Amino acid sequence: MKLHEFQAKQVFAASGIPTPRGEVVSVASEARAAAERLGRVVIKAQVLVGGRGKAGGIKLAGSPREAQAHAEAMLGKPLKGLTVDRVLVEEALDIRREYYLSVTVDRTCKRVVMMASSRGGMDIEEMAAEDPADIVKLTIDPAYGPMDFQLRELVEQAHFEPSAGRAIGAIARQIYAIMLASDASLVEINPLVVTGSGAVLAADAKFDVDDNALFRQKELAQFREASEDDPIEAEAHRRGATYVRLDGDIGIIGNGAGLVMTTLDLVTRAGGRPANFLDIGGGAQADSVREAIEIVLMDPQVKGILFNVFGGITRGDEVAKGILAGTQALDIRVPIVVRMAGTRAEEGRKLLEGTKLVPATRPVEAAEKIIALARG
Amino acid sequence: MGVLVGRDTRLIVQGITGREGGFHADQMLAYGTNVVAGVTPGRGGTSANGVPVFDSVHRAVDHRGANTSIIFVPPAFAADAICEAADAGIGLVICITEGIPTLDVVRTLRFLEERGTRLIGPNCPGVMTPGEAKVGIMPADIFTSGEVGVVSRSGTLTYEVVNLLTEAGLGVSTCVGIGGDPIIGTTFTDVLDLFREDSGTRAVILIGEIGGSDEEMAAAAIAAGYPKPVVAFVSGRSAPPGKRMGHAGAIISGNTGTPQGKVRAFVDAGVYVGDTLDDVVGRVGDVIGPSG
Repeated sequence: MKLHEFQAKQVFAASGIPTPRGEVVSVASEARAAAERLGRVVIKAQVLVGGRGKAGGIKLAGSPREAQAHAEAMLGKPLKGLTVDRVLVEEALDIRREYYLSVTVDRTCKRVVMMASSRGGMDIEEMAAEDPADIVKLTIDPAYGPMDFQLRELVEQAHFEPSAGRAIGAIARQIYAIMLASDASLVEINPLVVTGSGAVLAADAKFDVDDNALFRQKELAQFREASEDDPIEAEAHRRGATYVRLDGDIGIIGNGAGLVMTTLDLVTRAGGRPANFLDIGGGAQADSVREAIEIVLMDPQVKGILFNVFGGITRGDEVAKGILAGTQALDIRVPIVVRMAGTRAEEGRKLLEGTKLVPATRPVEAAEKIIALARG
Repeated sequence: MGVLVGRDTRLIVQGITGREGGFHADQMLAYGTNVVAGVTPGRGGTSANGVPVFDSVHRAVDHRGANTSIIFVPPAFAADAICEAADAGIGLVICITEGIPTLDVVRTLRFLEERGTRLIGPNCPGVMTPGEAKVGIMPADIFTSGEVGVVSRSGTLTYEVVNLLTEAGLGVSTCVGIGGDPIIGTTFTDVLDLFREDSGTRAVILIGEIGGSDEEMAAAAIAAGYPKPVVAFVSGRSAPPGKRMGHAGAIISGNTGTPQGKVRAFVDAGVYVGDTLDDVVGRVGDVIGPSG
């Protein structure tokens, strides 16, 4: 789960990391009022996409009137495909230096890694591609956390201003503490700004929380609804389904993430366009099948559904019964192809004969069948 | 033959009194796996599935002797259960639990490193050496014993490929589900190293997916010299960037974890990458012949 910039900055401020003064508003006139309080401001669209600045989502306002005009131009409008519901009105900083600082979980070394660079304000991935030597990394031992001497070395190797070193070291220590306390998978400050007067502030923030940890991050979990962009995904997640919306017209349901992913690939390869990813997990119980179809059909684009299930410990005939019971309870007007393999798959397919459900044996054949039926 | 689990496995089931733990303990016993004890704190002195239950892994090991543990403990407590097994001297811990917070896994692996314990998973279907031991949740019926090593990040996709192998008259030496989480204890490269030394394995099927760079590292290890044919599959080739495809680890972030990068790495290493699982199994059949 990603936090908005203003949410991340609330977490920062609560942990003592200096952030610019700012206010979040959803009405343009409030931006003007905020600017009157804050002075020269920056208007920043609160959407969960990278590259906001280039897309016109960050604007400097010299006067309260200009602040209102910028807010008006952003609010309710799409920015890189997402509607801007809120803007952050934030004091404009007198920037002397822009740095980069982050902590993230490194999948390869299986540790938390802190990254620092004196080339702030740039996308870290671009930076990694262009000048990997400009990024300094510190691998953190989870038993000890970052040590003071390691942070001093990091500050030195990243060529940060010596006078700002102590403040940056403290912020580095804080973001690691925040990461542990909030189960973050990424905490990124980019840019970390040194002002003309030598103050160090987090001018922007990226903050990803590990979905697996939301059960113990109740406060952060409250941000979820506000951050979810797609209404069908939001509803699916509310019902506890593993659902990802895509932009095609073939609904895909299966058991197991890998199997569903592969089914998307096969449909794409056969010339179709998947409408979604939906994993119903182990076996196929009537209830979970019904729920899955309901969710998939919330997307009005769906013209056909492909089930791809593997009868494992839940046998094929049981799976077929689950699918039959689940579909019978619904008024379904799109074709459904059911591809089944594994234990007692043949018995399962026999049970589907004579019903509206179209059985299939091989995955490729199933993909071709549903594409043809959805077009017909 | 095979790797990791076999006839000498003495297995503890952590979370045996739970619904999943109980069900799968039965299934493993029915397959002939040597399940020696169960562990559930507070339930010591009872028995479950005909197996004695202990309050702690230490006690289970003291009374019954064990070298392997399988974890069916809920996500909030699973990391602690893994560490407990390692502290009791268990050398191999297989964690089925899905949804463990990533930073818990980071801390756990640090703890295991100090004790020399190997973790498989979390969020995996387990490990099975057909005809010898099943330590996991995979459907045993679809397996036959043979000479193909299987290693995979996905559960059902593994079952698919095993089922196809059986249909093709090929069998499995050991099947290792390494798990779909971003941080896992044992990687593709680790399992390739095990299969390298196993005289019962003549070819390896590697089933990868989008996210991370474990596949690329496996490809590099193969390119550096691997004595057995490897056939690969990469799932999620049509997945959009930035979207988590079911598995917590299956996400393309920026320019890492892309299917193109993984396929290219394998092809550059001389590894055949199948477009479908049928292709994969067909290729393995060509390489080792139907008697394999």
